[in-house]
Amino acid sequence: MKTVATFEIKYQQYLDPEAKLVQKKLPKFAEDKDELLKMYRMMSFVRVFDTKAIALQRTGQLGTYASCLGHEATHVGIGAAMKPEDAFFPMYREYGAQFMRGVKPHEVLLFWGGDERGNHFSGPQHDFAWCVPIATQYHHAAGAATAFKLRKEKRAAVTVIGDGGTSQGDYYEAINCAGAWQLPVVFVVANNKWAISVPLSAQTACETLAQKAVAGGIEGIQVDGNDIIAVRDVMDHALDKARSGKGPTLVEALTYRISDHTTADDATRYRPKDEVEDAKKKEPLIRIRKYLMDIGAWDAKKEEKLLAECAEQVDAEVKLYKEAGKPPVASMFDHMFANLPEALVAQREEAVEEASHHG
Amino acid sequence: MAKVAMVEAIAMAMAYELEHDPSVVVLGEDVGVNGGVFRATAGLQQRFGKDRVMDTPLAEALIAGISIGMAAQGMKPVAEIQFSGFIYPTVDQMINHAGRLRTRTRGRLHVPMVLRAPSGGGIHAPEHHSESNEAMFAHMPGIRTVMPSSPSRAYGLLLAAIRDPDPVVFLEPTRLYRLNKQEVDDNGEALPLDTCFVLREGEDVTLVSWGAMVHETLQAAAKLGEEGVSCDVIDLATVAPIDFGTILESVEKTGRLVIVHEAPRNCGVGAEIAATVAEKAIYSLKAPIERVTGYDIPMPLFKLEHDYMPSVERVLKGIRKVLEA
Repeated sequence: MKTVATFEIKYQQYLDPEAKLVQKKLPKFAEDKDELLKMYRMMSFVRVFDTKAIALQRTGQLGTYASCLGHEATHVGIGAAMKPEDAFFPMYREYGAQFMRGVKPHEVLLFWGGDERGNHFSGPQHDFAWCVPIATQYHHAAGAATAFKLRKEKRAAVTVIGDGGTSQGDYYEAINCAGAWQLPVVFVVANNKWAISVPLSAQTACETLAQKAVAGGIEGIQVDGNDIIAVRDVMDHALDKARSGKGPTLVEALTYRISDHTTADDATRYRPKDEVEDAKKKEPLIRIRKYLMDIGAWDAKKEEKLLAECAEQVDAEVKLYKEAGKPPVASMFDHMFANLPEALVAQREEAVEEASHHG
Repeated sequence: MAKVAMVEAIAMAMAYELEHDPSVVVLGEDVGVNGGVFRATAGLQQRFGKDRVMDTPLAEALIAGISIGMAAQGMKPVAEIQFSGFIYPTVDQMINHAGRLRTRTRGRLHVPMVLRAPSGGGIHAPEHHSESNEAMFAHMPGIRTVMPSSPSRAYGLLLAAIRDPDPVVFLEPTRLYRLNKQEVDDNGEALPLDTCFVLREGEDVTLVSWGAMVHETLQAAAKLGEEGVSCDVIDLATVAPIDFGTILESVEKTGRLVIVHEAPRNCGVGAEIAATVAEKAIYSLKAPIERVTGYDIPMPLFKLEHDYMPSVERVLKGIRKVLEA
């Protein structure tokens, strides 16, 4: 037999876990220390926000919450590379990307606090809300990209799933269609090694998830998802390519879910402790902070000031969240259809009347 | 005015909207060069081009999912699912996303899409091609489900479905695709959604049906008419949400109700109609409500399909039972 096709998967990294540069030439944006500081500040803010959200859940002030601890570089890198006119189709922990796009932290808290108003968030109004059914959002991103392509708009769609999501048919269907139609879409797989309690090794026999792009006939790139410079660089490449009509890309970002899956999960039941301890040493904030310090752009005093500012901002957002109160009962019905059918008008009255009896 | 069959009326409606609204696109398996396996999109790609009439990869969840993505970004996709038994992979997208995106974003995003699919049996089709699955969609909040029963209603209701700002599942009875040609004026006039159509007026019994079964129901009503029994015949048309006003008014007049549908009886749309009439008009009833429906079994292969589907005789038997009660 002869070989009729082969593939190779490229891996991108600039900063190793010790903050050593592994490549001589940095991407252009990374030569601008203000640009790096902007991303580092957001990563720090996300960390403070995430810690606070977990604390709110633990004290009964928030519902189940999906932590993003450890994913900050992947998420902020995505958000930093996107333009407002691009469209974002997240799963449910990409707060870093969303904050970069103008979503407010109290809106995230509203969603996890059981309030649909969180989905009516700030930022680009065409962005989709959080998507809980795994990988279904890959189709929406492909659909949005189809709309952009048909209308000849220089916009791209970006969507994120986890490693478990790549086992879904939706994942393959969407990348396959995007390949066939050369759609302006970037499919991100945030490979954090665990789909709740199922490790990657039980999820697939593939050595990389990026190579699953080969089956869709599209480019697949693996990136160190804890290296903000590498994530931003790969996303810039994929987005430029998409916006200039050169088709879709699959980006596998290697990261680690340091937290539990959600606050309803206890990862100590299934995950080796030393693996988590090792991951903590490689987490994304440490290395970019060290790098910024090494180049003289950051110091302990600035760090202290930043964390105080983040805490203050997060507190202000928590206040907004707590002040939001319960939405009106009628709002369950008001947005079901543009033109509410009679039966629903009657049910709305019934629910409002019922609620009026118990305040 | 030429007489057209339902399948041609459906193509006419899509052509009208493609012509008049640049945000409308048609997509699905074999809808392009082939014009659809039932010919419902015949000639559309030749006329409007490959960007407006798109052959998709063979993946039904994809077809529904990309339609949602397109619709939420300002387009009006009209997606075709090739055969009725192939619609189930779309359920995830329809119930989790199409039906709830508007409400879960509190009106920020909405999904003006149409999911068209053939429906029902009676044409000797292979397995998984003859399903009646309207009750499944009717149970999904946020989605309208429409089933036409004639060429003109197919034309007017499909126009309405495409123009509606919310998702519509449009189930087309394959048995009617080429039966009972009618004159249809291609004037772009839509018919109202959420409204029943009263096809025949009478005093003695109310007959409610939809899709292909409207025809058996009308034949039964005609036969009874010869015997001096007059029937109100209501075509439900929009299966969800149901226009109960029209049904209740009729039942309050006749005092008798027979519901005819091809889909299985258990938790069928007929059950919802019967329950609501029982709740709101039970004191008008002179007899128990009767349902004449398919059985709670998978649609059999075609040697037995006519034993599954309600015949005119079964409909007549059901009506007589109610008249004699």
